Amino acid sequence: MTLKIIASQCTSCSACEPECPNVAIREKNGTFIIDPKKCTECIGHYDVPQCAAVCPVDDTCVIDTSYPRYQPAV
Amino acid sequence: MDGLAQQDGSAVSVPNVGEIMQQIAEHKGCGTSGGSGKASCGSGAGAGDLPTEIWEKVKNHPCYSEEAHHHYARMHVAVAPACNIQCNYCNRKYDCANESRPGVVSEKLSPEQAAKKVLAVASTIPQMTVLGIAGPGDPLANPEKTFKTFELIAKTAPDIKLCLSTNGLTLPDHVDTIAGFNVDHVTITINMVDPEIGAKIYPWVFYKHKRYTGVEAAKILTDRQMLGLEMLTERGILCKVNSVMIPGVNDKHLVEVNKAVKSRGAFLHNIMPLISAPEHGTVFGLTGQRGPSAQELKALQDSCEGEMNMMRHCRQCRADAVGLLGEDRSAEFTTDKIMAMEVNYDLESRKAYQAQVEEERIAKVVAKQEELSTLAGEMSDIKLLVAVATKGSGLINEHFGHAKEFQVYELSTAGAKFVGHRRVDLYCQGGFGDEDSLETVIRAINDCHAVFVAKIGGCPKGDLQKAGIDPVDQYAHEFIEKSAIAWFKAYLDKVNSGEIEHVVRGDAEIRQGALISAA
Ligand code: SF4
Ligand code: SF4
Ligand code: SF4
Repeated sequence: MTLKIIASQCTSCSACEPECPNVAIREKNGTFIIDPKKCTECIGHYDVPQCAAVCPVDDTCVIDTSYPRYQPAV
Repeated sequence: MDGLAQQDGSAVSVPNVGEIMQQIAEHKGCGTSGGSGKASCGSGAGAGDLPTEIWEKVKNHPCYSEEAHHHYARMHVAVAPACNIQCNYCNRKYDCANESRPGVVSEKLSPEQAAKKVLAVASTIPQMTVLGIAGPGDPLANPEKTFKTFELIAKTAPDIKLCLSTNGLTLPDHVDTIAGFNVDHVTITINMVDPEIGAKIYPWVFYKHKRYTGVEAAKILTDRQMLGLEMLTERGILCKVNSVMIPGVNDKHLVEVNKAVKSRGAFLHNIMPLISAPEHGTVFGLTGQRGPSAQELKALQDSCEGEMNMMRHCRQCRADAVGLLGEDRSAEFTTDKIMAMEVNYDLESRKAYQAQVEEERIAKVVAKQEELSTLAGEMSDIKLLVAVATKGSGLINEHFGHAKEFQVYELSTAGAKFVGHRRVDLYCQGGFGDEDSLETVIRAINDCHAVFVAKIGGCPKGDLQKAGIDPVDQYAHEFIEKSAIAWFKAYLDKVNSGEIEHVVRGDAEIRQGALISAA
């Protein structure tokens, strides 16, 4: 699973980009997007998803339910 | 007033940083006359008893004194949009409310674009001597972009002073880098030293990979701010503190803040009014938290002044404004235009220009000293405010109808002291003589006895008189302070002879909304 950014709410402040431990976030067409292939929900790195914790707009970095849950490698 | 008598003599003997900072604060009036009016050594741009290197650091800096603001300009570039805390007076769709105004969007630049812009502006406007990185966002939440910009500018334009504004959360981590870049001064926005109060201003902070809320968040923030401030002053970097005055939340508490930052070596404290219109979409805007009135703000600034130098001239310009005083030439320097420009950075011609400015500044101080001596021997308790329309250079050189702001001076037998400015954003815009806008101007300077202008039309003249404000145009294009003192002397004479009666005036309004260029 992955997080996604609700584009209509993103202020393009870029705060999330450098916080991502997996370099999954980049700018595209004026807002920021998360690469679902790279995002690990921060599992294995931090207790909480960093993008959601730093984002100034509540409920903008949210779980993308269209993907299965992320399975950390054992 | 003999400012020198007020200087802290003890500050001279031991060369410890804290004391030197104090000294500068006391000293900023030397060769300048805006600021607090404390020092007035009359020696113009001379270093007086200050270590030359420190005087050199501060004398051309528009953010240190109102007077320098008349002759030199600073610009901010917005390269750092990210932030790591949330303030209730800020809506991050717009610029950071700390050093700029909410409700305005600055153009975001890459470090390379920013460096080019700085060079382009500095080549066109020789007064441009200071580059600041401030909002939107926190420069130290974007350290790579901020320091890259500094690096590029330091290479090509070594004469430009660098400064940055921060909320302080990550400041301790970057102090060494800041020192390495020869950053001239750092502004920290400190609104509280008590986490209970902080919790009402900051809903959360993002620190060490976690979001903290409430009192815990405010505790982290204040600890980091105090540590950062101490670390900077230890290294001899000048620190200014900005505080936003939020009535009912931190207004009384700011006296504590003032003590806390002074004891840690901050050399200037800038208390700014909260700007909170509902349309800015900030928490305070939406909850109806009001900003202070002009009198409330001045009372707080006055009560802190015994403690340390207050900065009263900050206009909370939009972060990417370019130019002198309230002027904004940023439209000439949009990214497209800059990228197309051939920039030829000519250090020598900039130096020559600045030397000429220094001469003007000395002439002004001399004129003020002469006039001041005529007040010697006058005894009166009368203290009053006057408003001045100026385009800079310390002259009364603006037409009443063209003024975007008025500077306010407090007059007493001690002389003329700059105490603030009032924005009125183009009363002329809606056509000359527009009733509503004239109303706005009168409300903004309602606490003043007179308004000094280069020129004024008949209609507004009559209305001002009706409102009890004396429109004075007889000192057109003369030095502000010299003229104000001369006028004040005549006023006292009239009061003494019984020709007029001195009445105390009411309060005035602080204009809300963004300072947007008239261009
Ligand atoms: S949840 Fe973590 S890994 Fe996923 S995008 Fe956000 S910061 Fe990156
Ligand atoms: S932190 Fe939030 S608002 Fe800022 S760029 Fe990332 S998603 Fe957009
Ligand atoms: S924001 Fe304030 S301190 Fe900065 S240049 Fe404008 S007036 Fe000076």
